[in-house]
Amino acid sequence: MTMIFGVPLQALLGQLLIGLINGSFYALLSLGLAIIFGLLRMINFAHGAQYMLGAFTAYLLLTFAGIGYWPALILAPVIVGLLGTVVERLFLRRLYALDPLYGLLFTFGLALTLEGTFRYIYGASGQPYATPAALAGGTNLGFMFLPIYRGWVVVVSLVVCLATWFLIERTKLGAYLRAATENATLVQAFGVNVPVLLTFTYGLGVALAAFAGVLAAPVYQVSPLMGSNIIIVVFAVVVVGGMGSIMGSIITGYMLGIAEGLTKVFYPEASNIVVFVIMAIVLLIRPAGLFGREA
Amino acid sequence: MRKMLLASAAFFVAGAAAAVAAPSDGKVKIGILNDQSGVYADFGGKSSVEAAKMAVEDFGGSVLGVPVEIVDADHQNKPDIASNIARQWFDTNQVDAIMELTTSSVALAVQAIAKEKKKIDIVTGAATTELTGKQCSPYGFHWAYDTHALAVGTGGALVKQGGDSWFFLTADYAFGYSLEQQTSDFVKSNGGKVLGSVRHPLASTDYSSFLLQAQSSGAKVVGLANAGADTQNAIKQAAEFGITQGGQRLAALLFTLAEVHGLGLQAAQGLTLTEGFYWNRDEESRKFGERFLKRTGKMPNMIHAGTYSAVLQYLKAVQKAGTDETEAVAKVMHELPVDDVFGRGGTVGKNGRMIHDMYLLEVKKPAESKEPWDYYKVLATIPGKDAYIDPAKSGCDLVK
Repeated sequence: MTMIFGVPLQALLGQLLIGLINGSFYALLSLGLAIIFGLLRMINFAHGAQYMLGAFTAYLLLTFAGIGYWPALILAPVIVGLLGTVVERLFLRRLYALDPLYGLLFTFGLALTLEGTFRYIYGASGQPYATPAALAGGTNLGFMFLPIYRGWVVVVSLVVCLATWFLIERTKLGAYLRAATENATLVQAFGVNVPVLLTFTYGLGVALAAFAGVLAAPVYQVSPLMGSNIIIVVFAVVVVGGMGSIMGSIITGYMLGIAEGLTKVFYPEASNIVVFVIMAIVLLIRPAGLFGREA
Repeated sequence: MRKMLLASAAFFVAGAAAAVAAPSDGKVKIGILNDQSGVYADFGGKSSVEAAKMAVEDFGGSVLGVPVEIVDADHQNKPDIASNIARQWFDTNQVDAIMELTTSSVALAVQAIAKEKKKIDIVTGAATTELTGKQCSPYGFHWAYDTHALAVGTGGALVKQGGDSWFFLTADYAFGYSLEQQTSDFVKSNGGKVLGSVRHPLASTDYSSFLLQAQSSGAKVVGLANAGADTQNAIKQAAEFGITQGGQRLAALLFTLAEVHGLGLQAAQGLTLTEGFYWNRDEESRKFGERFLKRTGKMPNMIHAGTYSAVLQYLKAVQKAGTDETEAVAKVMHELPVDDVFGRGGTVGKNGRMIHDMYLLEVKKPAESKEPWDYYKVLATIPGKDAYIDPAKSGCDLVK
């Protein structure tokens, strides 16, 4: 068997693929964060809680309305995204003019409230959510057993990430959005409704988090704490990629997922900190992040 | 002069305590201290408080003519918070005994305080054998289970059933190591072998890398030396990666009915684990389970039933001692046999270990489950004397 650094090639390939799968979640989540930060200059600490809400919405839809995975994949992000726009309209809007710290504190408080409420109602050990029948099972790739659902996660998150990037960087709507963050007054003068654009942006970011939550529901336990477990890594991804850089956060998400996967083979004890070690190194060498536009 | 004054004061206090036969402050107060909001909130949590209240009601609500009161608090799994609450309860709130104490670090800290203040503590929620080993207390008791019993149950018994090669997924902290270590010992002493292990950081979300390593090791049993959400995630993902379908057996070293319920039978089926209680064991346990279900909305696991038993036994001991004075109650606690729905035929060792039968259980397939909460098949009953460390060999210096 071919060996690389004392590890069988097969095992290595398997871990690379798993890194890619985890990277998909990082990419989806950090993409939402990057959009919100990039366009609203708001550090959305509630992102993990909104991811959790997505998973819970899917669970609740199934339990109380009998709505399965496929509709939930669309419905849950829409519902959670709409809730996000309500939050933006009622609260966040009032904080734009203030120091970014206020937004951070508000969203942090929101996250704690959401997680606390769900923990109170559903307990800490979480709720089951089954893999949809069409994606159950797995295939043997020769070097590893790939659950079909994981493959689906990679494909669908890649598509969603690229579509979002396209929307923001290549369409007219995206151009408006970017212009509005550069100079809101000027864009408004051209007859564009900037406040609505900002609400839409926040809703979009939140919906992306919820989408990742629905994707995660069959893989991870649907639990009130699922968001706080992953959100810190996601923040690191955004920092490494460069705050606000959309393509940067996508690429970095996948990259760090793979780095983490490899660490799990060579030195598993360090797999939780490797992302932060990379973050520290990147900040030392390139303070603006790998893909940051401003220094 | 000052010495004399102190001595006479001490004499007076001692005399006064001896003279009082009935509980000193007009009531017997039991504190349930555990995790009510964190990762172990379902493992014990508020339901343990309810179990304690059930025990008080079953006992009649009063002992020696004074009412029994249950108080409770959330220690958030932090030894410092737990210590503060324990001190406050003992010093100013007249709490006579503290029970439950999920999380080993918390249990050890509170037991040390109870020992110093000469108060009773009965641990049902924590796992470490240290509580009745080197750090034992003359007033400390360990009631529901410990790492040794889990290791004997899952490690020893499974080998006898043919699971003779193991691979461990171990949480990277003291609890995980000791669980892995003790289980490995039993696997080896029963003629099995350990093919390898991988240490994962606490609170990891993704276990697929570790599971792939376990899969490629070819071990017959994958032992999960972790707890709570970590174990749940590992099991859920093991199902996804076809670990059990591939002929490997999953053994969770610390897992209870509450976590099985959270995971669902679809993901948990086939899992082997050890508990000190199962509600569907017999008529008596079913009755207890139904009552508990009505009050809490869930069936009891060994922590809940154990807490019920601990409170009941404590009250029996107070009754028999005729006082709530610590020395006298502790003496009766060590002598009085345990006989209730949880600890049938149980005895308490000099080190404070309550020795009772444990059960090796397998989680049913969804099709085999006939009613809600019908989750386990009992594979074997492990006699108490096999499950627990002989008090004489526990390392506790109270046993001579």
